[in-house]
Amino acid sequence: MEPGEIHALLGENGAGKSTLMNVLYGLYQPDEGEILVDGKPLKLKGPSDAIGAGIGMVHQHFMLVPVFTVAENIMLGAEQVRGGIAGFLDRRRARREVTEVSERYNLRVDPDAVIEDLPVGVQQRVEIVKALTRDVDLLILDEPTAVLTPQETEELLTVMRSLKAAGKSIVFITHKLGEVKAIADRITVIRRGKTVGTASPEASRDELAALMVGRNVRLTVDKSPATPGDPVLEVAGLVVDDDRQIRAVDGVDLTVRAGEVLGVAGVQGNGQTELIEAIMGLRPVLAGTVSLAGERIDGWKPKKVLRAGVGYVPEDRSVDGLVKEFSVAENLVLDIYDRPPFGAGLALKPNAIAASAKERIEQFDVRTSSADAAVGTLSGGNQQKVIVARELSRPLKLFIAAQPTRGVDVGSIEFIHSQIIRERDIGTAVMVVSSELDEVIGLADRIAVMYRGRIIGIVGPDTPREEIGLLMAGISPDVAHDAVTAPAADQPDAAPAAEKPGVADGSPASADGSASEDEA
Amino acid sequence: MAVPDIAVAPVDEGFWTRSRKVGLTLLGLGLLSAVLFGALATDQQARFTLSDDAAGAALEINGTIGAILFGIITIAAGAALLAGVPKRWFLPVLGVGLVAFVLSFLCWQVSAAPTGQNFMPLVNIIRGTFILALPLIFGALAGVLCERSGVVNVAIEGQLLMGAFSGALFGSISGSVWVGLVAAAIGGAFISLLLAVFAIRYLVDQVVMGIVLNLLAVGVTGFLYERLMQTDAEKYNSAPRFSNWEIPLLKDIPVLGPALFRGNIFLYLGLLLVLVIHIGLFRTRWGLRTRSVGEHPIAADTLGVKVLRVRYRNVLLAGVVAGIGGASYTLALYSFTKNMIGGKGFIALAALIFGRWNPTGALLAALFFGFADQLATYLGAISSSIPSQFLAMLPYLATILAVAGLVGRVRAPAADGKPYIKG
Repeated sequence: MEPGEIHALLGENGAGKSTLMNVLYGLYQPDEGEILVDGKPLKLKGPSDAIGAGIGMVHQHFMLVPVFTVAENIMLGAEQVRGGIAGFLDRRRARREVTEVSERYNLRVDPDAVIEDLPVGVQQRVEIVKALTRDVDLLILDEPTAVLTPQETEELLTVMRSLKAAGKSIVFITHKLGEVKAIADRITVIRRGKTVGTASPEASRDELAALMVGRNVRLTVDKSPATPGDPVLEVAGLVVDDDRQIRAVDGVDLTVRAGEVLGVAGVQGNGQTELIEAIMGLRPVLAGTVSLAGERIDGWKPKKVLRAGVGYVPEDRSVDGLVKEFSVAENLVLDIYDRPPFGAGLALKPNAIAASAKERIEQFDVRTSSADAAVGTLSGGNQQKVIVARELSRPLKLFIAAQPTRGVDVGSIEFIHSQIIRERDIGTAVMVVSSELDEVIGLADRIAVMYRGRIIGIVGPDTPREEIGLLMAGISPDVAHDAVTAPAADQPDAAPAAEKPGVADGSPASADGSASEDEA
Repeated sequence: MAVPDIAVAPVDEGFWTRSRKVGLTLLGLGLLSAVLFGALATDQQARFTLSDDAAGAALEINGTIGAILFGIITIAAGAALLAGVPKRWFLPVLGVGLVAFVLSFLCWQVSAAPTGQNFMPLVNIIRGTFILALPLIFGALAGVLCERSGVVNVAIEGQLLMGAFSGALFGSISGSVWVGLVAAAIGGAFISLLLAVFAIRYLVDQVVMGIVLNLLAVGVTGFLYERLMQTDAEKYNSAPRFSNWEIPLLKDIPVLGPALFRGNIFLYLGLLLVLVIHIGLFRTRWGLRTRSVGEHPIAADTLGVKVLRVRYRNVLLAGVVAGIGGASYTLALYSFTKNMIGGKGFIALAALIFGRWNPTGALLAALFFGFADQLATYLGAISSSIPSQFLAMLPYLATILAVAGLVGRVRAPAADGKPYIKG
C-alpha cells in the first residue's frame, strides 16, 4: 500500500478478503507470515495495536452500539477523561472532536443522535468518522456498499476520493466490479485465500471476473425474448405488516404472466421480503388479494400454496430454505416427503428418496461428497443449488426466487440463472427479487422497483441503471427519467435531488424522524 | 445492519394505547377502593403519626371519608389517563393514582383496626421499608453491575447468603466488624468468581450456572452452620455489630431524620453505592465500557476494549457488593441462620428488572418491595383481616406487570447472557 492510494481487494464471497483484513486489524492472529509497516514487521495482538499503528476498519456489519449516541460510540475505547482515577467522560470534548472531523472531511453527523434511529448510510458515516478521529493512515472498508442505495454509494465514493486527497490510504473490499473500476488505483484479486493477480482499473470487467473465478464466465444472462402468456400471479392492493407491526407493504399491485420473469428491485428493507412472504402465506394479508391462475390464495397455509404449484427460494437459505443438519437427500424432498413415492402413511421410503436425490444431484450439478452428507457442509452455492433443485422438481405455475444468488460463487450464479430462464421458457411465471441490480436487469423481462412498501415504477430491462437507481431511492419515475435523460447538466441536478430521500430512507422502519436527525 | 428489534414499540396501537389500558385498570382500582374500602372502613379517625408510636403530631382523617376520597382521586387519575394525557404526564399521573389507592386502603385498614390501634407510625414504617429493602438494594446493584456487562446474575441469592455467612463467621472469630465486612465481600466475590469462570471462560449457560450456585451456597453454608457454627455459637456465630452512626444535620430532618439517619451504616452505604454506581455507569469511562460490552461486545472489541476483562471485573465487583449486602444482616441485625436470605436474592432480581437495569430504578423498585414487606408486618400487628401472604405476593406480581410492559418496555442489555467468543 502506498500513501494516498485506494487499493481494491476483489474476490468472491468466501475468498478470504474479510479474514485477511481482520488479521490486519488484529482481530484474528496469523498462523504464519508477517505484516510490514514502513518496512518494519508489525505484531498485532489486538485491535488496539492496529489502531495504534494507524489502521482503522469499517466492518461489513457496523460495529456501533445501537443504544449509544454517535459521540459515545466514537469515544468508546479512546475516551478523553477528567478526574484522574475516577475517569469522568469529557463529553464536550468528544462532541467537539466529532464536529471537527465531520466538518474537515465533509461527513455530516450529529454527535447526539442515537445510532439505532439513524439510517444505514449515516451509520456508515459514523463508522468512518470513528476511524478518522483515531488518526488512521490506512482505512479498511469491508464491503461498504452492500447496504447502500446507488446514490449513497456515489456519496461514499466521493468521501473516499476526498480522504485520498487528504493523504489517507484506503483498502476497499468488494465483489462489485463496477465500483472497483470507478475508484480504485490498484486492484488485487483474491481467490480461495490466495492472491491470484493484480490489475489496474483499466482492466475490463470480464478480465476481472475471470481472475476472480479462475475461468471465463458470462456476466450477462443468455436469453431469448419472453413470450408472455396469461396472468398467473395477480396481486391487488396488498397490505402487509412486518414483525414489528409496522406497515411494510402498502398497497402493492402486480401481475406476473406465464413465461415471463418479473424482477423486483429495491434496496433491502423496502417491503420485498414481506411481499413474498405474504404471497407464500407465511405472513398475514391485512388487505388486498393474491390470486394464482384466477384462484384466490390469500389466507392459505404455505403448504397449500406450495402444493398449488408455487416454487419458492427463500432469501435466507440457512434459516428458511434448508435444514442444515439434514442430508442433501432429505433436504431435496422436504416439500413432498409425505407423498408417494417418497412417503406412505407414517413411513418414509429411503430407497426412493436416495434414487431421486442421485438423479437431481447430477441434473443440478450439486457438488457434494455424497447424497448423505449434511447439507450444512456444502458451500453456499451448492446449498442454493439444492434448494433450486428441490423447488424446480415439482410442476410449477409460479416460481418465486428471493435473492437467488446471495453469497453464491460466480460459477453457481451462472448455473442458477440459466435454470431460472429455463423455467421461464417452459411457461412458468417467474418472480425474482434481488437487491443486486445487475441480477435483476440480467434476468427480468420487466422490472418492478419497490420503495417504502410500494411499487414505485415498472420499467423495461433496457432502462438505464441510473434511472432504476433513482427509483430505488424513491424518486418518482418521471423525475428519474428526466434526471437521467436531461443533457449535460443532469449530474449536479440529479445528485442533490437524490440525496435527501436516498439518505433518509434506510429502511421503512427507521424512516420516522430520521431525516430531521440527519440535519440536526 | 440488524438492529435488535425487541424494544421497538408499535407505532400505531389504535385506540387502546398502553396509557389507556393502564387508565382503565386504575379506574377499576379506584372504583374498588371508593366503594369497597369506603364501605368497610369505620368512622374512627385514621391517624398517621409522625413518630415511632401513637404519640406526637399526626395526620388524621375520618376512615370512611378518607377511603372514599382517595378512591375518588384514583378514579380521577384513571379517567385522566383514559381520556388521554401528554406522554410526559403518564408516569406522574400513574404515580398519583397508585399512591391514592394505597392511601385509601390504609384508611380502611387503620380505621378498622381494633380500638386503640387506629394509628400508623410513619417513622417506623419508613425505617422498616428501608431496612427490609436493604438486601434488595445491594442485590439489585449486584445485578446491575453484572448484567450491564452482559453476564446474567441469577446467583444474587447465593452471593448474599455467602456474604452473610462469611461476615458472621470471620467477624465472630476475629471479633472485628471490619474483618467481617471484608470477609463478607470476599465471600460474595467467591460465588461471583465461580459464576465468572464458568460463564465467561467455559461458556456454561449463565442462568443454569446461577441457579446451581445458589444451591451450592445454601448447601455449603447450611453444612458449615450445622457442623461448625452450632458446635460453638459463642465462638463462631456471634459477630460484633456495627454501632449506630448518627449523621449530623441529616438526623434532624423531621420524619426522615429519625427514620433513616440515626442508625444503620449499611443503609448509608447502600444509598451511597446507588449514587456511585449510577454516576459511574453513565458518566465515566468504566461505565461506557461496561455498557458497550453488555450491548455490543464485538464493537467494543474492535475498539480495543478488553471484553472478557471488563466482564470478569464487573462480575467480581457484583459479588463484592452482594457480599456486603449479606453482611447487612449478620453484622448489623441478626446472627446467621440456615438459608437466612430466604429468597430475597430473587426479589432483588425482580427489582433489577422492575428498575430497568438502572441503579436508581432498582433502588425505587427495592423500596417498593420493601414497603410491601413492611406493610405486611404492620397489618399483622394490627391483626388485619387481609392475609399477609397477599402482600408477600406483591413483588412478584409487580414484576410480572413490569415485564408485561406496564411501566414502559423493559429492555435488557442486548448481549445480556450471551457469552463472547473471540473471532
